[in-house]
Amino acid sequence: MSKIREDFPILKRQVNGKPLVYFDNAATSQKPEEVIEAIDNYYRQYNANVHRGIHKLAEEATLAHEEAREKIAKFINARHTEEVIFVRNTTEAINLVAYTWGRANITKGDKIILTIMEHHSNIVPWQLLAQEKNAEIEFIKIDENGLLRQDEIRELIDERTKLVCVTQASNVLGTINQVKDISKIAHKFGALVMVDAAQSVPHMRVDARDIDSDFLAFSAHKMLGPTGIGVLHGKREHLENMPPFLGGGEMIREVHTTGASWNELPYKYEAGTPNIAGAIGFGAAIDYLNKIGMQNIRGHEREISYYAITKMSGVKGLTIYGPKNVDQRVGVISFNLGDIHAHDLASILDEEGVAIRSGYHCAQPLAEFLNIPATSRASFYIYNTKEEVDALINALEKARKLFGS
Amino acid sequence: MSSDIYKDIILDYYRNPRNFGDLPNPDVRAKDSNPLCGDIIEMQLKIKDSRVEDVRFKGKGCAISQASASMLTEVIKGKTLDEIKALGKPDVLALLGIDPGPTRIKCALLGLKVVKLGVYGYLGQAIADDVKQLV
Repeated sequence: MSKIREDFPILKRQVNGKPLVYFDNAATSQKPEEVIEAIDNYYRQYNANVHRGIHKLAEEATLAHEEAREKIAKFINARHTEEVIFVRNTTEAINLVAYTWGRANITKGDKIILTIMEHHSNIVPWQLLAQEKNAEIEFIKIDENGLLRQDEIRELIDERTKLVCVTQASNVLGTINQVKDISKIAHKFGALVMVDAAQSVPHMRVDARDIDSDFLAFSAHKMLGPTGIGVLHGKREHLENMPPFLGGGEMIREVHTTGASWNELPYKYEAGTPNIAGAIGFGAAIDYLNKIGMQNIRGHEREISYYAITKMSGVKGLTIYGPKNVDQRVGVISFNLGDIHAHDLASILDEEGVAIRSGYHCAQPLAEFLNIPATSRASFYIYNTKEEVDALINALEKARKLFGS
Repeated sequence: MSSDIYKDIILDYYRNPRNFGDLPNPDVRAKDSNPLCGDIIEMQLKIKDSRVEDVRFKGKGCAISQASASMLTEVIKGKTLDEIKALGKPDVLALLGIDPGPTRIKCALLGLKVVKLGVYGYLGQAIADDVKQLV
């Protein structure tokens, strides 16, 4: 553990005179030296545009860029490397599907099924599409344990359903959803499945073939990589038949004054110069995660979550949302302390060097459904320790005393 | 037990808000929220001879937003509408006695923003740039 912490230079930082306790990993993770160096090395040693130049630097840059794609494909067990499309982030990946597959396939009266625990990025693109096409949106709700209601999954997904959009791990409740089971049901009705894997791929082994998702989206920056790069994984048969997203260079085969034809996968969806440094940094992040092992990462976070939930349950007036069973959740713990507003709590914790998130976490429909105000959220990653959880508990006790609750 | 932002006075106004509630037949009723945080403030003003005769506020949200709104009601009572238009961020910071920092400043300024929205609306004037800057 101390070895892992040494790899992350930012963890040496002090905040307000206290050691940094970084518990905002669901928002973005910190970066290890290997990732920072890989990006630095690209800019210092072989910066060039990819796929075009017939010179040494371009060759090296192209190789590194495409190597990153292969690493990612292997990491999620994609059937084909060209199923991995580089985008800016999870949000862009979902929008890409909405604008291409969605516009070509969703028509009036079709149903798009979402869950009540989706992040806004897996709600708003579908609302825009449904508005444009006169399609309908329905939400699968959750039970008192923060798990998707099985009866609603079975009831809502039917022959009118064209698409089911589900997060594999909730960024608020931490709930791990059984997306494989949902895929099976959706496919039975001929519907496709779009999985938001932003909070799952960084923290557990995700096998795209096994869960049988049609589309899977995640971001590098939540898994030790840089911001500005993410992935859309799609089944090849869908990606081949969908219209392109952005038009421009790189995505075309031929362009004439009368029209153009599209490049092969994955380049068809990657118009313009890509985020080369980002992809290379992403590849380095994958290497780092593989070195630790996703099984070990999941195990560590499970242990920290169990410790945190146990300790936090002992704080008077503290309410934890989502499943209490750590086998059903990732290391994302949303909570409220008495009547202290989440923003006040975040400010007090910040004074103690403890960085958490507070607010609606871009999942306002969930807050409305649960009828809860803003919440505070602590989220863990490979470098977090039980001692840091103790610092959180001390800060919570301090807040409780300060507010006299 | 000391906390820089959560000075006793802020917590006192949060726990025991002054001028909280409704006015009978207010001349001005304005409301706004801070969508990121979910802070909500409503201000009700009674106006006589271009002066705030009475004021009440309602709302929910963090201590900073509710305390600063409550403090603000005490300041604007008796003030002319022109004087209220001239209030700005430094006045709110002076009331709080501390700068809550860039992440919390929106909470602190929400009350003033709502008052100004109400006053400009009452006067039938376009919302001035200084209100937009409080967002």
